[in-house]
Amino acid sequence: MLKIKNLHASTEDKEILKGVDLEVNAGEVHAIMGPNGSGKSTLAMVLAGREDYEVTEGSIEFNGEDLVDLAPEERAREGVFLAFQYPVEIPGVSNINFLRAAINEKRTHHGLEPLSGKDFLSLVKEKSALVELDDKLKNRSVNEGFSGGEKKRNEIFQMAMLEPKLAVLDETDSGLDIDALKIVSHGVNSLKSKENATIIVTHYQRLLDYIVPDFVHVLYDGKIVKSGSKELALELEEKGYDWIKEKPTV
Amino acid sequence: MSAAESKKEKFLSGISAGSSVHSTTAMNKLNGLDFPTRKTEEWKYTRVSKLINSNLTKGEALLDAEVFSIQQLDSYKVIFTNGNLTHSDLEDNSSISIRRLTENDVLLNSQANEEEIFTTINLAYEHGGLYIHVSSGAIIDKPVEIIHLVDGKNTFAQIRKLVVLEPGSELQLVEGYYSSEHGFAFSNIVSEIIVKRNAKLHLDKIQSESEEHWQINSEYVYQEQDSSFSINTITVNGGMVRNGLNIVVDGSNCETSLNGLYYLKGNQHVDNHTKVDHKKPHCTSSELYKGILDDAATGVFNGKVFVREDAQKIEAFQQNNNVILSDEANMNAKPELEIYADDVKCSHGSTTGQFDNDAIFYLRTRGVGEKNAKNLMVSAFAEDVLQHVKNQPVRTHINTLLKTRFDWKL
Amino acid sequence: MAYTENDLKEDLKGKEYEFGFTTDIESDKISAGLNENVVRLISEKKNEPDWLLDYRLRAFRTWEKMEEPEWAHVKYDKPDFQAISYYAAPKQPKVLNSLDEVDPELRKTMDKLGISIEEQKRLSGVAVDFVMDSVSVATSFKEKLAELGIIFCSFSEAVKEHPELIKKYLGTVVPMTDNFYAALNSAVFSDGSFCYIPKGVRCPMELSTYFRINESGTGQFERTLVVADKGSYCSYLEGCTAPQRDENQLHAAVVELIALDDAEIKYSTVQNWYPGDQDGVGGVFNFVTKRGLCETNAKISWTQVETGSAVTWKYPSCVLKGDNSSGEFYSVAVTNNFQQADTGTKMLHIGKNTRSTIISKGISAGKSQNSYRGLVKIGKGASGARNFSQCDSLLMSDRCGAHTFPYIECENSTAKIEHEATTSKIGEDQLFYCLQRGIDEEKAISLIVNGYAKEVLNKLPMEFAVEAQKLLEISLEGSVG
Repeated sequence: MLKIKNLHASTEDKEILKGVDLEVNAGEVHAIMGPNGSGKSTLAMVLAGREDYEVTEGSIEFNGEDLVDLAPEERAREGVFLAFQYPVEIPGVSNINFLRAAINEKRTHHGLEPLSGKDFLSLVKEKSALVELDDKLKNRSVNEGFSGGEKKRNEIFQMAMLEPKLAVLDETDSGLDIDALKIVSHGVNSLKSKENATIIVTHYQRLLDYIVPDFVHVLYDGKIVKSGSKELALELEEKGYDWIKEKPTV
Repeated sequence: MSAAESKKEKFLSGISAGSSVHSTTAMNKLNGLDFPTRKTEEWKYTRVSKLINSNLTKGEALLDAEVFSIQQLDSYKVIFTNGNLTHSDLEDNSSISIRRLTENDVLLNSQANEEEIFTTINLAYEHGGLYIHVSSGAIIDKPVEIIHLVDGKNTFAQIRKLVVLEPGSELQLVEGYYSSEHGFAFSNIVSEIIVKRNAKLHLDKIQSESEEHWQINSEYVYQEQDSSFSINTITVNGGMVRNGLNIVVDGSNCETSLNGLYYLKGNQHVDNHTKVDHKKPHCTSSELYKGILDDAATGVFNGKVFVREDAQKIEAFQQNNNVILSDEANMNAKPELEIYADDVKCSHGSTTGQFDNDAIFYLRTRGVGEKNAKNLMVSAFAEDVLQHVKNQPVRTHINTLLKTRFDWKL
Repeated sequence: MAYTENDLKEDLKGKEYEFGFTTDIESDKISAGLNENVVRLISEKKNEPDWLLDYRLRAFRTWEKMEEPEWAHVKYDKPDFQAISYYAAPKQPKVLNSLDEVDPELRKTMDKLGISIEEQKRLSGVAVDFVMDSVSVATSFKEKLAELGIIFCSFSEAVKEHPELIKKYLGTVVPMTDNFYAALNSAVFSDGSFCYIPKGVRCPMELSTYFRINESGTGQFERTLVVADKGSYCSYLEGCTAPQRDENQLHAAVVELIALDDAEIKYSTVQNWYPGDQDGVGGVFNFVTKRGLCETNAKISWTQVETGSAVTWKYPSCVLKGDNSSGEFYSVAVTNNFQQADTGTKMLHIGKNTRSTIISKGISAGKSQNSYRGLVKIGKGASGARNFSQCDSLLMSDRCGAHTFPYIECENSTAKIEHEATTSKIGEDQLFYCLQRGIDEEKAISLIVNGYAKEVLNKLPMEFAVEAQKLLEISLEGSVG
């Protein structure tokens, strides 16, 4: 589904990603771990198409299509979803109107009729139950006045609504208490299928207790320096990241 | 004859002088007035040389103004075409009188006699006019809808309105300004509004003339005690629009609310000047003007709040927010406070900036295209002002105008 | 090592040192009036080179054609420019033996301050240039500064010793054609201070100029020029006083600051010119042009505490020419009785990513009028420019006025400008709270006002913040409405 080859990316003339290789197939869950500043969030942003990051070398292939030249909204319509580490507040833009615009643009892109108001609302009802999102929050402005946990739940709610092929969760566990973490993980797990894939970007192993990865990769200094099974995450938790830094092996 | 005088004469050569005593007085005063320049503080950011160098005539209208009526709005309808009253649901009953303004409809309020050149021209020369009088205690069941249409190249349209609300009465006014696409034309409009004790007037003003049209619109409002005046000025189109809104609050316990939205593109230039003069204590005024500027458009906002000596317990709030969407667009803001009483709460704020890039990116990552993301942001930004338009058909009409002009698909 | 009062005395020994508050100094004053000959006479008395005379004459001719500005929100009888003497120098500066010679009213003020401004400065080791009427009387610490290559001297001295620097920078930030008072100053300025900080040098002490108008029937027209070369830093403070007189005295100064690449200048003013009496008689007309130029990455910060003068017309400004340069303006302006102040700043954003901050706190009492007037202009090329302005006004009586006139001009779509202003009465609940805790009303007001102005006072060098606080207190005495 996703093939990242020798990906280099920089921002403000500073190279952050220095040759990332990663392949993700449908039905898989990948965890990307690494110390602060290793380039994890940059990778997430580059996948979503943030213009502040420039891809200087390498390629990102998504279902056979080159992602690099696509605008963020085109990637989204093709099925790439980013759950933000810090979801932005957009005063005045209602959560519901915004989601409806998003869904209908995606449908138009795929040659489908826009969703009727009634169908849309029943979909909202169904999906919001998944992350136990309060009705009030749905009618408020996007993320405005939401608590940290509510913002993260809203992200997963949107993911449920948009049904992406590839979901990238950027530090989704940060700022969540254990109950919220369970709700969010439950949401993510229920959305898993043979057709879609998930990339979890995280600093801590905690989230991986709830969303079990098939593969774990360690990103350090802009490169994936180690890959393994879920046991690698436990090892990292135990030993910290220092042993990776000392002995970069691929 | 000096150069300034011959310029004035040439500018006014296409229209005829009025014949009333008031016109003659105004004409005498006009002799001592000059067109504003860069050095005229009130016109610092708006140049009028293009206007005064043009050759204007009375013009000829072919278009039917009826098409600009607001759908689904049950109203008393009045239509001005090129400054002439061409249609009116004339009413003269015990509650309301809507009729043609005669030369003898004396100006009740001297504010409009201050030395403002375009206001003076309006009175000195022939103008179409309307007089609306609402009797004491009358609450008018449906709005008065005034449609202004200017058609034909180089038309000089002059309109004068006098609106009087007797004590305890209520009225809703909806004004729409439109023009054909026949090139440069000019409307010079003066309104005098008197809101007496405990009366209530709401005005929705919609400006949607062509990109070549010029409009100078001056309103002089006088509020007596316990009265309420509110206005929404929505500018969707118009090459040069200058709104001069002057409000004297000469009684206590009054409410004044001014809201404005200007969404500009192309080479539009829109200048909103507002002045709220609190002469008596215990009043509130609030003002919210928001602007979005695209292409090479220029916006000007000047809001003045005066609180006179002994006008204690005034709460005056003023806010002006602008978003610039293009490198060629300019915004000049000048929010002012002049306070001569101490027990007051007054504030103003002004911001000029752009939409949050993070917000736009966020919308895009959810699949909303760049243009629609921008439109979503604009409509959210504008909503603070548009929510003050309470009349649903009027609101729908404004939305339609915005959708057509800016290709909104929301 | 701490610099003690004794060291200072040593340094000053044998100099014509004068911190006088005296009024009976014999002075060399030319007769009133202004024409080309007076300009020539001033230049001649100062033995100036031809290029400077030429500069003065060009300025005079420009001034003759200009009109006094009327746009400010102030009303006063315009000075008769032909009734002013344009040059007055103390003839035989004499050492002041005791404070008894000081004007008793002024003395009272000094007593209220607890400690004289001068003593404070001596204690804190500040280099002081003292300008009385029109002439720089003494500059302390000169040698110490010279070791670092810092030039700090009177303007006249700089014309003689460093003509190349004066020639290069004079009038480059405030051109003689800038405005009526700047043109007048350029024609007749008599003295002032000059300061040059060499490349990469951080000036180790506060530099200070102390201005005083003494003679009656004179105007003071000083000129200050501060040049901070690449990567240097200095903090500069000026203080002003004038004796009590029934007439209006004119003060029309020009201050030019130049901050070259990566340099920083902090310029603080504590202005306490005589404000006139309770009935509005007398007082100084303070018509001042202050402007700084910032090159790449440079920073200029203006801090002012304005408590004096009958009429103030003053807008310390920053031209943010270089990319990433920044300008700051922190102001407290207090007006009482019949004082009028029209003050603020201009921030002209020209370079990319330029930043400016404006914090203005106005306090009006009595029958005074206090206006903030400011311009924030973002030029076409100033991508990424940012401005934040906060202008608050506090009203202390029902006969005073507080006004705000900000001009905001934006020509760039990536700029962000925020302006906020509030006007309100001193908080009655705050006042009551203090009273309930046993604090008397005057003290309570002073506490609240100082709290209100804190954001600005904090920007002053420590030793002057105390002085400024006391000044606020004195200025508002008896203003409880």
